[in-house]
Amino acid sequence: MSFKKRGISRRSVMKTGLAGILATGVSPMMFSRGAWGQEFCNAPTGDTVTLGFNVPLTGAYADEGADELRAFELAVEHLNGEGDGGMIPTFSSDTLTGNGILGKRVEFVTGDTQTQSDAARDSARRMVERDGAVMISGGSSSGVAIAVQGLCQEMGVIFMAALTHSNDTTGKDKRRYGFRHFFNAYQTGVGLGPQLGAAYGPDRRAYHLTADYTWGWTTEESVMAATEAQGWETVETVRTPVGAGDFSQYITPVLNSGADVLILNHYGFDGINSLTQAVQFGLKDRQANGKDFKIVLPLVSDLMAAGAGDAMQEVYGTSNWYWSLQDEGSKAFTASFGAKYGQPPSQAAHTSYVQTLLYADAVERAGTFYPPEVIRALEDYEFDGLGNGPTLYRGSDHQCFKDVYVVQGKAEPSNQFDLLEVVNTASRDSVTYDPAIFGGELGPYDPGMC
Amino acid sequence: MDFLRLPKKDLITFAVFSVVVLTMPIWLQPFGAAYPGLMQKFVIFAILAVGFNILFGLTGYLSFGHAAFLGVGSYTAVWSFKLLTMDAIPALIFAVVMGGVFALAIGYVSLRRSGIYFSILTLAFAQMSYNLAYSVLTPITNGETALQLARTDPRIIDGLFGEAGAGLPSPSLLGANLNGFEAFYLCAVVLLVSFFIAQKIFVSPFGMMLRAIKSNQTRMSYTGFNTRPYALAAFVISGMYAGLAGGLLAITDPLAGAERMQWTASGEIVLMTILGGVGTMIGPVIGAWLIKYLENIFSAFNEGTLHRVFSFLPDGVEEWVVLIASKFVGEGWHLTLGLVFMLVVIFLPGGIMEGVRRLRAAFPSGSSARRNRRNELNPSAAE
Repeated sequence: MSFKKRGISRRSVMKTGLAGILATGVSPMMFSRGAWGQEFCNAPTGDTVTLGFNVPLTGAYADEGADELRAFELAVEHLNGEGDGGMIPTFSSDTLTGNGILGKRVEFVTGDTQTQSDAARDSARRMVERDGAVMISGGSSSGVAIAVQGLCQEMGVIFMAALTHSNDTTGKDKRRYGFRHFFNAYQTGVGLGPQLGAAYGPDRRAYHLTADYTWGWTTEESVMAATEAQGWETVETVRTPVGAGDFSQYITPVLNSGADVLILNHYGFDGINSLTQAVQFGLKDRQANGKDFKIVLPLVSDLMAAGAGDAMQEVYGTSNWYWSLQDEGSKAFTASFGAKYGQPPSQAAHTSYVQTLLYADAVERAGTFYPPEVIRALEDYEFDGLGNGPTLYRGSDHQCFKDVYVVQGKAEPSNQFDLLEVVNTASRDSVTYDPAIFGGELGPYDPGMC
Repeated sequence: MDFLRLPKKDLITFAVFSVVVLTMPIWLQPFGAAYPGLMQKFVIFAILAVGFNILFGLTGYLSFGHAAFLGVGSYTAVWSFKLLTMDAIPALIFAVVMGGVFALAIGYVSLRRSGIYFSILTLAFAQMSYNLAYSVLTPITNGETALQLARTDPRIIDGLFGEAGAGLPSPSLLGANLNGFEAFYLCAVVLLVSFFIAQKIFVSPFGMMLRAIKSNQTRMSYTGFNTRPYALAAFVISGMYAGLAGGLLAITDPLAGAERMQWTASGEIVLMTILGGVGTMIGPVIGAWLIKYLENIFSAFNEGTLHRVFSFLPDGVEEWVVLIASKFVGEGWHLTLGLVFMLVVIFLPGGIMEGVRRLRAAFPSGSSARRNRRNELNPSAAE
């Protein structure tokens, strides 16, 4: 028995040690927040205000998520009056003075959505229920954004969607508490269609590979409508799972399908992988129907261009923003971001930064954190100086309207960041549509109580 | 009240367990976990683990497909919200029934084999269900986007009682809204009832049969018992527990996504049970809590939090400690879970409950020492 006893004591020592480590790790995390029984969810009472940034740090969109987080940190810094102020001086509204929001210092909490709606909602609930976040931002997958937006509506917390491009976010699934600065698939179609028609001619046959969720579905639908308006024919549309990794089984059938254009409705790592593999299969050097085979990536970011490398050359797509734009806001933001992180910001970073500033400004203009007032301040708000030219936050669907940039992979990049070229701009008027075409309802202003 | 009778030891366990569950909002405070969202997850996954333990702990059949029943329960509950009423009771009943029906179908086929072949079969069925939910049955499941409520859903029964409000309705219980803490206490009560039923099963003759299947199935057959119906019954019961847990997930958060059914989710259930202690009543519950805690709290630590935690250290040291610790929190929480799991499996093969038992044996006190000595001789009779 003495042998047994010795074993036990060693284990108990180890267990005690582990418990001690755990205890020291968690005890400073004590929270004793009287979050219940206020006039609205998480009304900031002290001299700080907490924002929640919910981004994918794992999964197919992890690169974009990491860049969003950088931008959020930068935005908080600028709101608190640290750093060079970024786009605050170029912003058309002058309510932001570097004194936090309504004089309260801005703090933030972060979470990993894992690019999954369950995990994203768990993470958002933690931010709202435990950490007392008064606004949630983030995204990087429309499925996740829509799921979190629904949750925020129930809880009465404003959701400033970052990277989400599906028509549904501000269409069929729009919510009173959800706002989107990023453009959408419909606008991609409007911008991209004429460019493709002009560059590749009217009688093309397109083959779609589509990420199998709300963003892929609506992008496929919009791009299909836009290209068919140019006289193109759609040969086939194939749905692929998100995060598939290997797309070779989907690309092989393209070779014998009679198509001469491959449209990849993929984003993030999926876009990088499918594009690279398509190029490895020799699609770019192929001839089909007597024409050069072409590949199109409807939604492109410079992170994807960096990941895909040479494969991206001469491929067309659209972007919400690109760092080489020459307006004052874009230049200020790129300089500020580059100084802190040593690389230019992506479109995901840009929209995250802008959304944070827009929220802060709306609170300042409303003079309160009370969500219905903040929402009214954002609805039908016209602003400028944030990198996209004059922009309108439309009240009827909470979608921003601004120019859409058609980009193309540069054939000869001059440096490792100079990968895309803005070849055309679709004007704000041309990408404006009637909100009724997507249906959906915003729902009530009444604040939920967490 | 014969059906409420339990051995005294089990009644004490139940009483202590009830107190622990119902006082969660208090004792979870220092851990930063006392918010409704996570506490709901704690109790719901405890139900799942308790149900899984009825199958794995008693019969020894290792199912790698329990997440499928969880997902089925969630989808059923959300459809009940969409078509019938926002009330929780019908949703739960349908979720349990559908969980049971699916378990019956999958169990009937899978239980023709035992051991690793059974595990592989259940894994295959679960993965099949996942793929069906993800891409084939999208009209029913809405695929990756996840099944959600809409204001325009029919809701036949609710429609009889009046017009829908302006916003999305939220789940209710007999007219009372289920938000935050109310939903937590509903789940907690359901957990206690399920826990009690599981305790009854453990001490019943039926439970004895299941244990006999685990210890020697061949011998049981030779003594004239057909073991298949017993194993199938255990499988269906644990499938119903999983369906119940899935239904509760939908009640606390009316959204059902396919990733709930993925094989990693099934693996997580197995992990919970092994981590806590297979075959014990409390073990799987503790395992579930530990994993959910790591998943939700550790994954939310960022470097800022670590700097606050270690701010008492001198400057140079702090940088290093934060650098090393940051690999184990945030997106690295899987690493922490892996390490904990390895430590437990190597040093405490019987899970955390074995650690508790050894601690008790190390500090003997009167009757409990006698009991522990007996337990050491015969570990399977420990609980």
